[in-house]
Amino acid sequence: MGDFLSQFGELFAAYDVPGAFWVNIQLTFWAAIFSLILGTVLALMRISPIASLQWAGATYVNILRNTPLTVIMTFLFLAVWTQLQISLSDDFAQNFFRFGVIGLTVYHAAFVCESIRSGVNTVPLGQAEAARAIGLSFLPAARLIILPQAFRGAIAPLGNTLIALLKNSTVVVAVSVSTETSTLMREMIESNANFIYAIFMIFAIGFAVLVIPIGLLTTFLSNRLAVRR
Amino acid sequence: MSQKSVLFDAPGPRARRRIAVGNVVGTLVVLGIAALVAVALANRGQFAADLWSPIFTTSAWQDYFIPGLQNTLRAAGYAVVGAVVFGLIFGSGRLARVGAVRWLSGVVVEFFRAVPVLLMMVFFWLLFGYNRISDDPAFLAVVIALILYNGSVIAELVRAGVGNLPKGQSEAGLAVGLTGGQVLRSIQLPQALIAMLPALVSQLVVVLKDTALGQIITYNELLRAAQIFGNGNSNNLQTLTIAALIFIIINWALTAVARWLSRYLSGRTSGATATGPGIGNPTAVAGKPGGPGNAIAATGDPSAT
Repeated sequence: MGDFLSQFGELFAAYDVPGAFWVNIQLTFWAAIFSLILGTVLALMRISPIASLQWAGATYVNILRNTPLTVIMTFLFLAVWTQLQISLSDDFAQNFFRFGVIGLTVYHAAFVCESIRSGVNTVPLGQAEAARAIGLSFLPAARLIILPQAFRGAIAPLGNTLIALLKNSTVVVAVSVSTETSTLMREMIESNANFIYAIFMIFAIGFAVLVIPIGLLTTFLSNRLAVRR
Repeated sequence: MSQKSVLFDAPGPRARRRIAVGNVVGTLVVLGIAALVAVALANRGQFAADLWSPIFTTSAWQDYFIPGLQNTLRAAGYAVVGAVVFGLIFGSGRLARVGAVRWLSGVVVEFFRAVPVLLMMVFFWLLFGYNRISDDPAFLAVVIALILYNGSVIAELVRAGVGNLPKGQSEAGLAVGLTGGQVLRSIQLPQALIAMLPALVSQLVVVLKDTALGQIITYNELLRAAQIFGNGNSNNLQTLTIAALIFIIINWALTAVARWLSRYLSGRTSGATATGPGIGNPTAVAGKPGGPGNAIAATGDPSAT
């Protein structure tokens, strides 16, 4: 047993496991910010009264939401980078990292959009009618009455999208970001097959440790801030 | 679009003029962006006939797209059946009266929901490969990873479905003398299962999308077939577009079925029939299609993690 532990310790000294998780966290961080921006714009388009913008937003969401993320990543790598020769950075690693962020962003923006829209849908029509009845015009009604409630309704779905984003950040292996967790796990297992279960458990628990607090926090926040009706 | 919006009142003449102007501007902007992309692609010669023509040959479909799609559907089919079984077992396990069963099911479900599907696929692929468990370790790895993840999601669907039923249903069952297990089996689960059907169909979209992860572990599904074909003809942009279109059409049809089911079934159960968000978390369902009336579904289930 002591032998096993010491070999195991050497194995983890030889590979940078926290570093790989750090790459996934960075990918998640940037993609979360950009997809929040893009998703909010899309949600605004979809709830605006302007038909052409509604159509454009709905088309974007329906296309991106139904495309597998792996296809998006492969497309970025083989079509945009290899075939169109569009490069985002002279540094190879940086280039693929940016493509990874773009892939995660365009995919998850569709889900952010739907989360925000579903938040707006949780606000009963009576709230808007009441706001107008007491004489608030469009902007004050939106700012004081509707959006605060809509934001609270969107917390739970947004948190779930963030969790999905963190887990999906492993898919950037398809755009050849080679420093993230799934690649490292594969390398480690391929050269240390006798530790396969232990290596998998380390990575699995690593993700559980990252994912479960986000889930608990969003549940806590969405219950705490929920509008009781 | 036809639904009444909370944010906007019925427009008067001035607002209608503004909306009309906005509509024209919006159309121009959207068309402008589309034209920019098209011009950029044309400048790089991406509309050349010799890049597109290989796709529209019999051999492309016979040897690549159709076998790839078959493999995708085969993996998705096995995964869905297994996931439903897994979900029913662990979903009822989480509702069991014995604390240990509840706790164990909870740990299993939360664990497999937290681990990325890709990690599980890579792990099982290498494990089956080393131990020579199957002739096709990639296929088995895809199916098992999808069963574990989606089964856990379905287990949560079962639990949320039962939790969203009105309390009177179980109380009535207990009042007529059924035991707790009987109430679960003969009153709550049947209604919860009908209520969760739309979300289950939405989950099918997730399964189908996630089969594409098989490409990374060399499972010969649609994406990989398209990629191999594209590499051979150096027209990856075109072939991957076709592969994406196939995925989009199938998933879009499944989403339409889920939405129709949700409307059709809402009169047949006392539970909330909402479609899933398509990203693999049942409790992310807020603002169900039925409108803002349902506060239980809207404020989020407390089990959301």
